Amino acid sequence: MTDVPPLLTTADGRPLKAALASAQGRARRKAFYLVAPLLLFVVFSFILPIGQMLHRSIYHDGFSSTAPNLSAWFAANPSGTEPDEAAFAALAADLAEMKKNKTAGEAATRINYTVSATRSLFTATARKADKLQPPFKEALLAEDAKWGEPVIWQAMRAASNPYTTDFYLIATDRARGADGGIEQVPENERIYLWLFGKTFILSGLITFICLILAFPIAHLLATLPMAKSNLLMILVLLPFWTSLLVRTTSWIVLLQGQGVVNNILVSLGMIGEDGRITMIYNQTGTIIVMTHILLPFMVLPLYSVMRTIKPSYARAARSLGATSWTTFRRIYLPQTLPGIGAGALLVFILAVGYYITPALVGGADGQLISNLIQFHMSKSNWSLAAALSGMLLVGVLLLYWLYDRLVGIDKLKLG
Amino acid sequence: MRHGFRLSQFKENVQENLPLHGENGVATETRANDFVVFDHVQKSYDGVSLVVKDLNLTIAKGEFLTMLGPSGSGKTTCLMMLAGFETATNGEIRLDGRNINLVPPHKRGIGMVFQNYALFPHMTVGENLSFPLEVRGMGKDEREAKVKRALDMVQMYSFINRRPAQLSGGQQQRIALARALVFDPSLVLMDEPLGALDKQLREHMQFEIKHLHESLGITVVYVTHDQGEALTMSDRVAVFNDGKIQQLAPPADLYERPENSFVAQFIGENNKLPGVIEELSEGKALVRLATGELIDATPVNVTAKGQKTLVSIRPERVEFKPEMMPPGAHMIGAEVIEVIYMGDILRARLKVAGSDDFVMKMRNTLGQTKLSPGETIRIGWHPQDARALEPM
Amino acid sequence: MKKILTLSTALTAVAFAAQADVTVMSWGGAYSQSQLEAYAKPYTAQTGVKVNMVDADNPATPVKAMVEASNVTVDVADVEYADAIRLCDEGMLETIDPAMLPAAPDGTPATEDFLPGALTDCAVSTIVFSTVFAYDTSKFPEGPKSIADFFDLEKFPGKRAMRKGAKANLEMALMADGVPAADVYATLETPEGLDRAFAMLDKIKKDTIWWEAGAQPPQLLADGEVAMTTAYNGRIFAAAVAENKPFQVVWDGQVLEYDLFVIPKGAPNLEEAKKFVAFATDTQRLADQAKWISYGPARKSSGPLVGLYQDGKTEMGPHMPTSAENLTNALPSSYEFWVDRDSELNERFNAWLAAN
Ligand SMILES: Nc1ncnc2c1ncn2[C@@H]1O[C@H](COP(=O)(O)OP(=O)(O)OP(=O)(O)O)[C@@H](O)[C@H]1O
Ligand SMILES: [Mg+2]
Repeated sequence: MTDVPPLLTTADGRPLKAALASAQGRARRKAFYLVAPLLLFVVFSFILPIGQMLHRSIYHDGFSSTAPNLSAWFAANPSGTEPDEAAFAALAADLAEMKKNKTAGEAATRINYTVSATRSLFTATARKADKLQPPFKEALLAEDAKWGEPVIWQAMRAASNPYTTDFYLIATDRARGADGGIEQVPENERIYLWLFGKTFILSGLITFICLILAFPIAHLLATLPMAKSNLLMILVLLPFWTSLLVRTTSWIVLLQGQGVVNNILVSLGMIGEDGRITMIYNQTGTIIVMTHILLPFMVLPLYSVMRTIKPSYARAARSLGATSWTTFRRIYLPQTLPGIGAGALLVFILAVGYYITPALVGGADGQLISNLIQFHMSKSNWSLAAALSGMLLVGVLLLYWLYDRLVGIDKLKLG
Repeated sequence: MRHGFRLSQFKENVQENLPLHGENGVATETRANDFVVFDHVQKSYDGVSLVVKDLNLTIAKGEFLTMLGPSGSGKTTCLMMLAGFETATNGEIRLDGRNINLVPPHKRGIGMVFQNYALFPHMTVGENLSFPLEVRGMGKDEREAKVKRALDMVQMYSFINRRPAQLSGGQQQRIALARALVFDPSLVLMDEPLGALDKQLREHMQFEIKHLHESLGITVVYVTHDQGEALTMSDRVAVFNDGKIQQLAPPADLYERPENSFVAQFIGENNKLPGVIEELSEGKALVRLATGELIDATPVNVTAKGQKTLVSIRPERVEFKPEMMPPGAHMIGAEVIEVIYMGDILRARLKVAGSDDFVMKMRNTLGQTKLSPGETIRIGWHPQDARALEPM
Repeated sequence: MKKILTLSTALTAVAFAAQADVTVMSWGGAYSQSQLEAYAKPYTAQTGVKVNMVDADNPATPVKAMVEASNVTVDVADVEYADAIRLCDEGMLETIDPAMLPAAPDGTPATEDFLPGALTDCAVSTIVFSTVFAYDTSKFPEGPKSIADFFDLEKFPGKRAMRKGAKANLEMALMADGVPAADVYATLETPEGLDRAFAMLDKIKKDTIWWEAGAQPPQLLADGEVAMTTAYNGRIFAAAVAENKPFQVVWDGQVLEYDLFVIPKGAPNLEEAKKFVAFATDTQRLADQAKWISYGPARKSSGPLVGLYQDGKTEMGPHMPTSAENLTNALPSSYEFWVDRDSELNERFNAWLAAN
């Protein structure tokens, strides 16, 4: 007697398992061919750019490529070596090269990211580089005494390697000190971590307000008769159909000091002429306008989930003895969770990355981290912009992970 | 303004109709054991038409009452008014002697089983059953004991940790039943609870529900449009049509003694022969058909000679062997159109009095006479099996 | 058929290129308008070459992005001094040989005719503009007189607007704090001086709206959103004179700067671009521009030719940042300072702005 089960075979004698595998393999290959175009699209339009961005956040060859001689010297001499005549000669040769190729600005830009006010040191010295005579140490120091400062040499050593963590240091409000150690920048220059925090908190607040506003709207949409709910749906979707700028501008017209809302309040006598409320060009403006713009992203997933919740659940709960509040809390609300999760995640992620609205109506204290990313992009400081974006990405992924742990991604319902 | 106009018009209607209904209405003096009372209840959703028209109904404690009727006849509406999810537009609903018109649903203490079960999808079976006990503030141990007892009752205790989506339709039905019973309500409403089940399972569940009803002594109001179900399970059946109770009677009466042509037609199969009352005497009527032939019938709601009537006869009560007929009974000629073999019975379609949709059922016994199409026979019935009704 | 179509498209493209429009990127609003009237229209009239004007908040930003991406679509751009220097250092601009610029009518070569520092390796100055502050006379009949008043919310209550950036704001803050114009940059070089400037800005921070495009401040004043704003002087002039707005410029504490024409590396029509720059910066053209906007010409020889505003009655002299009575407390912007410190100070400015 053996316990080995008989090998199942198909009618034509092939082992059942093999037959199943080949049948499924065929289906899987077909499925793959179907999604292949999409996959390619995603790779080219999403994965590659993001990879490139992350690469930029740790890569800057502005100095290493324009100062090959000095880079070679740094490679040959370990960190801590006093710059000798050979080092200064290499520097002089590089500066001459920079003058010829007009790359002094590029090199200076890179060094300036780590040590400020060094730009003209490079550009001015480079201008006279071909007149420099050995001994180069004296000649350069005579040109500008700053060439003797260890901070500069440290910065150049760091920059001679195109791969650097400097931008992540800046993005976390830190810098390399004179002794090479990492320290926080002076208090009045710290901004990024604080702004990250603020961005996440504001986005959370906007998400929360959206949820509070969207919940009853979505419920109405899901329960009203078709004709009325369609009309309401159009009102909800209206923001989608108007351009972002038009919407934002209308909010400015509404909310500004001499705007519609203030005028109404004044004419009703609720506030005095000089008591006009500042509702725009500050944090309040950012919150109001972004809530409006992002509201549909909360309403739609909620609506699509609520539509599927049959009224008989609530009736059942009531017949079982639950008050209307208990019914809402224990029966209705839990069933809307997938919609709440999807809406909240969507709104939050969109809010974290929004910059046009805060830029237009945020004034000084309504700016978010994306406005700084945009600022650095406009100043062509791509690496810092990339480092900040990278951190934002990590923050969002972290949140996504947290959501998965707490609620479960499979519970997400987007519509 | 338009709205106001419609509303006032509607109110007028109600007033106009009231005395009329008073005349027709069933007597509604409250008796001691009347557990549920619908007293002149009317319901309108849109202020234009009445969905429930002057409903008077009393249900005794421990009774199994079924509401039966075609789709849209107002059964669910009545149940919802009783459960408290719809308010009666007019009239009063009493539960155990107390007017409950203004009592919110969760304070009525009525168990309810929904057609689609309405099990909470985000809770396990155990949590579903525990829910009504929790909202009543019951302690954990007591809850567990009651949940176990209710699940045992429907033989589903082993499924306590499953979610509704992991159960078959019949299993979900049992859980819904257990949930409606777990908090010991004295009244349970069921709205087509077996509608989604296949025939076998349905019959099995009918038996179980009936069994639970008997063993727990609860009052059940049951809605269905399956007449077989209504007949097998109920103590009494209320046949609904067009927002009115057409007949309220025990199943046997309903089947054998329909009080109007709607009930006759709706319950079971019936042959209908239109004619005129030729003779009317104590419990007996002679009806002349359009072809001039005479048949026997029992008068139900016909009152005078010369009145038009519709005689209804159950197919299984039609006889074609003269030796089975009572003495003196009339027989009429019929032509066999076709005979259908149905296993336990044979079903013959006959041409009688000019129309060819007359059905006769014969038991498929060993010596049964074989009829063949084209053959002419004579048929007849016991006078009490044919009911002369007012035509609709 | 398709081939013919492609071919003809290609031919049109060639014909187009041969005709070579010049695309000029500038700051928009009244300023671009003045360049269109004074440079572009006469140039087209004379040469038949069309000039396209395009706008940007600060043309240096798109120019840099275009050159980095090797996709340059503008031929000439109007930029600030520090940007001209920086872009030039980074090899993003064509060099402009001063010899190609026309001499003054009296024969003085361009190198001597332009104001000191107005010519650089890669750029030619066209005008001198200034950042000033202006107010609404209907709000303050007894208006502010000095830069210190701008920072004085007690004496002159009401909202303020300033450019969202460090440049000019820090200088003005120090001058308001009593630092003589000559010492401003020396003070800003020191950490204490910088703190002092920010402390001054702190005083009005919560009542200030920050603008980005040059067209915004006159709009903010007109809307009544602010009572006072810093602005480019020409914009206020245009609103006050051309649109009769009750705006008054306060010259005290003005910060003067050159605006320059540059040619990005890889400009699609390099030769045309050079011809256009030479044409636009001749004596008459620069003088003509003052007909349209109150910016001072960068050539000495243009000064005497400046006449009336286009309305035919407004004397331009008093509205020029360079006129003697406006220069009593004025500060020429230091490009050396800003080229070096721009990123550091903007970083600090952003941090300051975002902090509560
Ligand atoms: N919420 C409502 N609003 C308006 N009319 C309704 C509403 N609910 C039911 N009706 C109408 O009332 C009438 C009776 O409906 P009800 O649901 O009581 O019928 P039913 O007898 O339960 O039918 P079925 O057997 O199909 O369930 C129908 O004509 C229906 O269209
Ligand atoms: Mg129903």
